[in-house]
Amino acid sequence: MIKKDLLYTSEHEWARVEGDIVTVGITDHAQELLGELTYVELPEVGAEVKIGDEIGVVESSKSASDVYSPAEGKIIEVNDSLEDNPEQINEECYGEGWICKIQISGKESVKGLMSGEEYEEFLVGI
Amino acid sequence: MKLIFEKSVAGRRGVGISGSDVPHSINIKKEFLREGKAELAELSELDVVRHFTELSRRNFGVDTNFYPLGSCTMKYNPKVCERIASYPGFAHLHPLLPQLRMGGMLTQGALSVVYQTDMLLREITGMDGFTMQPMAGAHGELTGIMIMAAYHADKGNKKTTVLIPDSGHGTNPASAAIAGYKVVTVATNENGVMDVGALKLLLNDDVAGLMLTCPNTLGLFNPDIKEICDLVHSVDGLAYYDGANLNAILGKGRPGDFGFDIVHLNLHKTFATPHGGGGPGSGPVGVKNKLLDFLPVALVIKRDDGTFALEYDRPKSIGYIAPFYGNFSVILKAFVYILMLGREGLVRVAENAVLNANYVKEKLKGHFDIAYDRKCMHECVFSASRQLKENGIHAIDIAKGLIDRGFHPPTVYFPTIVEESMMIEPTETESKETLDAFIAAMIDIAETAKTDPDKLRQAPGSTPVSRPDETAAARNLDIASL
Amino acid sequence: MPFISNTGEQRKEMLKGIAGGIDDLFSDIPTELLADELKIPSGLTEQQVREVLAELAGKNSIDLTCFLGGGFYDHFIPAAVYSMISRSEFYTAYTPYQPELSQGTLQAIYEYQSAICRLTCMEASNASLYDGGTAIYEAIMMALRITKRNKVIIDDSVNPIYRVMVNSYTRNLKIDLEVTQNSEGLANRKDILGRLDGDTAAIILQNPNFFGCIDDFSDIVKTAHEKGALVIVSCYPISLGILKTPGEMGVDIVTGEGQSLGMPMSFGGPYLGFMATKLKYVRKMPGRIVGQTKDRNGERAFVLTLQAREQHIRRQKATSNICSNESLCALTALVYLSLVGKEGLAQTAQLCADKASYAYQRLTAIPGVKAHFGAKWFFNEFVLDLPCPAADVIAKLIEKGIAAGFPLSRYYSGMENSILICVTEKRTKQQIGILAEALESCL
Repeated sequence: MIKKDLLYTSEHEWARVEGDIVTVGITDHAQELLGELTYVELPEVGAEVKIGDEIGVVESSKSASDVYSPAEGKIIEVNDSLEDNPEQINEECYGEGWICKIQISGKESVKGLMSGEEYEEFLVGI
Repeated sequence: MKLIFEKSVAGRRGVGISGSDVPHSINIKKEFLREGKAELAELSELDVVRHFTELSRRNFGVDTNFYPLGSCTMKYNPKVCERIASYPGFAHLHPLLPQLRMGGMLTQGALSVVYQTDMLLREITGMDGFTMQPMAGAHGELTGIMIMAAYHADKGNKKTTVLIPDSGHGTNPASAAIAGYKVVTVATNENGVMDVGALKLLLNDDVAGLMLTCPNTLGLFNPDIKEICDLVHSVDGLAYYDGANLNAILGKGRPGDFGFDIVHLNLHKTFATPHGGGGPGSGPVGVKNKLLDFLPVALVIKRDDGTFALEYDRPKSIGYIAPFYGNFSVILKAFVYILMLGREGLVRVAENAVLNANYVKEKLKGHFDIAYDRKCMHECVFSASRQLKENGIHAIDIAKGLIDRGFHPPTVYFPTIVEESMMIEPTETESKETLDAFIAAMIDIAETAKTDPDKLRQAPGSTPVSRPDETAAARNLDIASL
Repeated sequence: MPFISNTGEQRKEMLKGIAGGIDDLFSDIPTELLADELKIPSGLTEQQVREVLAELAGKNSIDLTCFLGGGFYDHFIPAAVYSMISRSEFYTAYTPYQPELSQGTLQAIYEYQSAICRLTCMEASNASLYDGGTAIYEAIMMALRITKRNKVIIDDSVNPIYRVMVNSYTRNLKIDLEVTQNSEGLANRKDILGRLDGDTAAIILQNPNFFGCIDDFSDIVKTAHEKGALVIVSCYPISLGILKTPGEMGVDIVTGEGQSLGMPMSFGGPYLGFMATKLKYVRKMPGRIVGQTKDRNGERAFVLTLQAREQHIRRQKATSNICSNESLCALTALVYLSLVGKEGLAQTAQLCADKASYAYQRLTAIPGVKAHFGAKWFFNEFVLDLPCPAADVIAKLIEKGIAAGFPLSRYYSGMENSILICVTEKRTKQQIGILAEALESCL
């Protein structure tokens, strides 16, 4: 499942850009590959991040994957409820399963992402 | 089954503690004492013996079941080795004795065992010297990489990366990373071995060395091995041989002759010391002459008068990596095993291990997809992709089906470069009858996958527990009864 | 051929359709790389090998009365310990990757983890590490991950063997390792707290320390936590039968050498590194961990858990490269602790303290022999100053059949005349008397 209104990375993160706030999560494809999630390591609020920085880890009982930042800016909010309920990512990766919010300084801070259509094509290619 | 703590009965005792024969003369100040006693179980000796005997019956071991766990070399562990390790002359020897003046003379037998094992391993691998200190295979890897780093530092080389093929062991990248190196992965080619072309593209002056598992985790020997070592040397890199799979080539080929500079061995695999349910192991590291100075402190040496001593004055050494001389009693068991096999026996190990693996591969290849259909070494890798596509049966279901048929499963989902992989390593100690029974069980499972796949998904049904919920274990963490 | 089941006939039969001969199976090894015949003697029979090894065992002196400790101790081991751990279902098994057929190993490790937590008053233990020294190194790496800082302070009252190991392991890493010098046999609070700053990841201490002195680190822990640093304490598990536990002091990571829990000294190994921590740090802890869960029928079951931290999944990003650990040694410790039990462990620890105290009084009564650190509390080891170099005296006493102790000059400058003496529950009043007489006679 791909949402056409979001932007995507080749590492299977999604980004929703609303003004100067970018919400970040992992894609449906990513959660399916990982299987039932058991733990999410969240970034620290206030941390300054660059594109491609590791901002967290998502774990299942047999696998683990880093979450990379799709944007440059400052972490202003994290989804604390994932600490107790990591399965929210399996259930609703584009909604309740969001991971963090990044405040960006301008459009340059989220460059190089794929559109929904491009990500769809990208998935077919792998 | 109850936990040992749940069986506890207040006031019950398992072992009598001798009364004190000295006056009770001291009361340690209260602020240094614990509040209350440690809440250990209170049980009779019989209670304890029953508990652990019952636990042991909930385990498979090599002595109870065929254990073809790929890359783990689960061969038979000779009983005489256990007997000798328990000789009081070895078991009760204090490790600090050699650090006393002339103390080495109090431990000549033990030092001789370490020295002689070093010599035997040199001959078996073609290396120039060993440290026996590493306490496991991965510990040997780390030691080897530390030696690599010391060599480059000594030469003033600025090296930053270690190359590792994707068909190597999972410990390799972790070992290189914790020693401070960046890891770069080298791809495997269509023949299932590391691609020389890919290696050439990645080689440059930053490369400190290459870690190669050989034969690799697909059970395949890389025929370009000499060229690979030469290429690594051309950028002043070091070639590291992960010897976890040495069983395949014992007496047939020597890593030192192939061109490797550093070798680690797993005595608990190749040399038949028992694995203990996850250790203790032993991972000696051998090096070529140019690296001898960097081996850890201390080394056992033989003096001109024939006595053995410990050499501590080694200024270029990487230092101490173990408190003493390694897992001595594990080394001792491997020493006994090598003495018993002798030169002819060691070659027979490789021949029979490779024959057994090829026999299983030939008999099963019509029933399961094979990752690379060519002659294999000590292990063969199948894939359950056919069963997955046709019947929705995964490698894990096949593994669990084998348990119900009385066999320990092969390694599954490793190597990761083969989908739904099943890595079978029979070892040389197993008989044709055992292999035939295993093959029949695998074929039966392939049939069951078609006729009654649900039965496999429900397996195992013969074990004390059915499939545990691993997700719940990680989500609702319960790792101690407090 | 020993340990190979197939006969020549069977091999021939098996080769049919696979290869013309055994050598064909090795055709991937280039001809020029095939090995010559190994220069190793022909094999020995079991009878021969037992003779050879019995002779070698006889060249080791194990009849010395042992007052040698230094972190490695001659304690009593009940016979049932060896009987249980030598059940081959335990010792011939691999790491418990398939939980259904490894419930024995898995439950035993869970019980071991529980016993270590109960002993140390901590919340989480791993399934074991190699030894007490590598356990300190792993604890340091863990503290660096937790605090994201890079300075560690280690007091020189921590076992010097472990300190040289830490030096080796951290040499290639960007770690600022600062050593403080003990103050009269105890951790040097003034120097440690003076160095404690916002870059400090951890302070490393030992209790009882290498000199045998006991301490309460609660004050150091409190100050360290105020500065965001962790405290790592290496401890001697038998002493925890009576001594204040690291958990009670608020320590963050506990490590130690578990050899004293039922393992023979075996000339240096295999031993048992243990590690325990607070639950909040469990994901940063290296090594295997067993967790309790349920199977499909709701029955109690045990599995390896939190594996996503480990090398086989995380490769170069793993918390450690450790794979095989010391599982059978962990089982040994569990069986030992279950046999001595709650009362027996406390009694054993008290016996050690009493006998050491008696030995201390006997030996300090000898003219010229003095306590090095004055009146300090100790557990079962203490440091004495002799009127002459300790190494000479120790050598003389060995000739009398006594391993009297360890000369501290080997690791500490200015301690030429100092000897570290250890007394376990196995030593008798009579043996202590013989030591005292022998020592007096050779001064």
